[in-house]
Amino acid sequence: MGVQALLKYIIKKIVTMIPVLVCITVIVFLILHLAPGDPVDLIVGPNVTPEVYENIRNKLGLDQPLTVQYFKFMSNLLRGDLGTSILQQRPVSEIIIERFPVTLELGLSALVISFAIALPAGIIAAVNRNSWPDYACMSGALVGMSMPTFWFGILLMYFFAYKMRLFPISGYGTLRHLVLPAFAMGLTDAAVTARMVRSSMLEVIRQDYIRTARSKGLAEKVVINQHALKNALIPIVTLLGLRMGWLLGGSVILENVFSRPGLGRLIVDSILARDYPVVQGAMIVLTASIMAGNILADILYAVVDPRIKYN
Amino acid sequence: MAEELLEVKDLRTVFYSDGEAIPAVDGVSFGLKKGETLGIVGESGSGKSVTSLSIMRLIPSPPGKVVGGSILFKGQDLLEKTDSDMRKIRGNNISMIFQEPMTSLNPVYTIGKQISETLMLHQNLSKKEATDRAVEMLKLVKIPLPDKRIKQYPHQLSGGMRQRVMIAMALSCRPELLIADEPTTALDVTIQAQILEIIKELKEKTGTAVILITHDLGVVAEIADNVLVMYCGRAVEYSSVRNIFFNPRHPYTSGLLNSIPRVEGPKKKLQAIKGVVPSPNQITKGCRFKTRCDYVHKRCMDEEPPLLEVGQSLVRCWRYCGGGECDG
Repeated sequence: MGVQALLKYIIKKIVTMIPVLVCITVIVFLILHLAPGDPVDLIVGPNVTPEVYENIRNKLGLDQPLTVQYFKFMSNLLRGDLGTSILQQRPVSEIIIERFPVTLELGLSALVISFAIALPAGIIAAVNRNSWPDYACMSGALVGMSMPTFWFGILLMYFFAYKMRLFPISGYGTLRHLVLPAFAMGLTDAAVTARMVRSSMLEVIRQDYIRTARSKGLAEKVVINQHALKNALIPIVTLLGLRMGWLLGGSVILENVFSRPGLGRLIVDSILARDYPVVQGAMIVLTASIMAGNILADILYAVVDPRIKYN
Repeated sequence: MAEELLEVKDLRTVFYSDGEAIPAVDGVSFGLKKGETLGIVGESGSGKSVTSLSIMRLIPSPPGKVVGGSILFKGQDLLEKTDSDMRKIRGNNISMIFQEPMTSLNPVYTIGKQISETLMLHQNLSKKEATDRAVEMLKLVKIPLPDKRIKQYPHQLSGGMRQRVMIAMALSCRPELLIADEPTTALDVTIQAQILEIIKELKEKTGTAVILITHDLGVVAEIADNVLVMYCGRAVEYSSVRNIFFNPRHPYTSGLLNSIPRVEGPKKKLQAIKGVVPSPNQITKGCRFKTRCDYVHKRCMDEEPPLLEVGQSLVRCWRYCGGGECDG
């Protein structure tokens, strides 16, 4: 299980990603183009002669059959060209490179917050099963899970930004701008993760090898935080890939609440403006990064569980 | 006579269920000298494993609890030790091997790490020294290619190999007492013999005393000096291995001996003890074996017999009241 095997595994995973990505392009392309509404209407407004209108449609290539448009789009994509934004008249790739870090920053910091809270909470709950620390952690988790992220975001905004004026209400730029949305997302995610950690831990601590670890005279701290936790993390790491998708995709709403110029906000704005190339490009990047998250989870899976081989 | 290493007196362990205390081990006493081997025999549910876990102070609590008696190890009561003192004894002075080699090793750590961990903890060895010792231990339990095995994970080893690793791990700190809880039950017959041979050999080499828990009397005959027969949380017969095999006193012991299938002689129907072990909450007054005993009398129904001294054995049966045979 050396570096070579790992590389081979990653390449294999990327190859299997390609058909999925192609399917995504078809679906996104079809939904966008079949949906009512027309970008030209939005560019030129209602008071325009049919000649001008047709002229613009022709220039954007929107008068050609859908299949032709799709293959044109795909052949450009294969050359790494995501097209040009109808609205901004700039390359889509340039816009995405500008916006993607904003989303990634939020998603990753939410993930860090989520695990920093969920791991200790889940372990404490499992070790003190059916006593007050367990009840406290799990009630907290229930509250966190029941609250929609956007509403929790608004609550945080109201108390910490509006009332206490500790953080800016919205916007993007400094670390202080990141705190509230990251906690809104991280805490709601922590609720789900903490419950997973707890149930996984409970499953592990009744295993025979935990009794063996105790019979060796290891301190309870070592038994729980090393022998038990490493096993309990196996299913959690698998779900990490799925959480990645949730964190990146879930930012669509939160970016709007906090007016963060991220990918999610870009997609919403572009859908409203029927800016087809931007929506397509952003969706492809989002899909690809969710897939990358899954590959990362698969690799981590093999790292924590020696029984799994890359193949 | 060597000095007494372990003295268990009147051990009582209960499990709480729905607020009711159900006794799993009820007043069991036995002793063990340095280098001696004691076999604890009984059917499933007789309290053998609970006895051994009580000695290790590894009874899961709740629901279990040692509620009475004492466990003197080298003169000191283990039940009075603090948790941290007890941890210094576990794996160092007293170690244990379990019934399930397939699940008793941690799947995410290498064999080497799992053996050397104990050594680094109790013997203050460096990582390098501990790893060298682990290789030595693997050689001792006759695992081929120990240098290679040490880097492997449990799933890469067979059941027999894993049990050898467990033995290597348990003996790595040269404990004075090894508790083996049905170490061969989950293994193939051929592997069973090999594992027993290894335990026997290492016992002689290191002078470790062994408590061997089993329901297989053949295993006991192989290596035990003394035998404690348990039934429903009680000791029913306690004697030397010779007495148990050649002069069994308690009807339960004879029953166990008769249930061993014989190869020699004409083929006969396998003899089994009728009935099943009553579950602890079904125990009523009188002798606990009364429901399955061929010699049951009126007295057995009302009064539970004490452990009676009969020759060199201790037997819990009314047939021997007053030291001789008397009809209760």
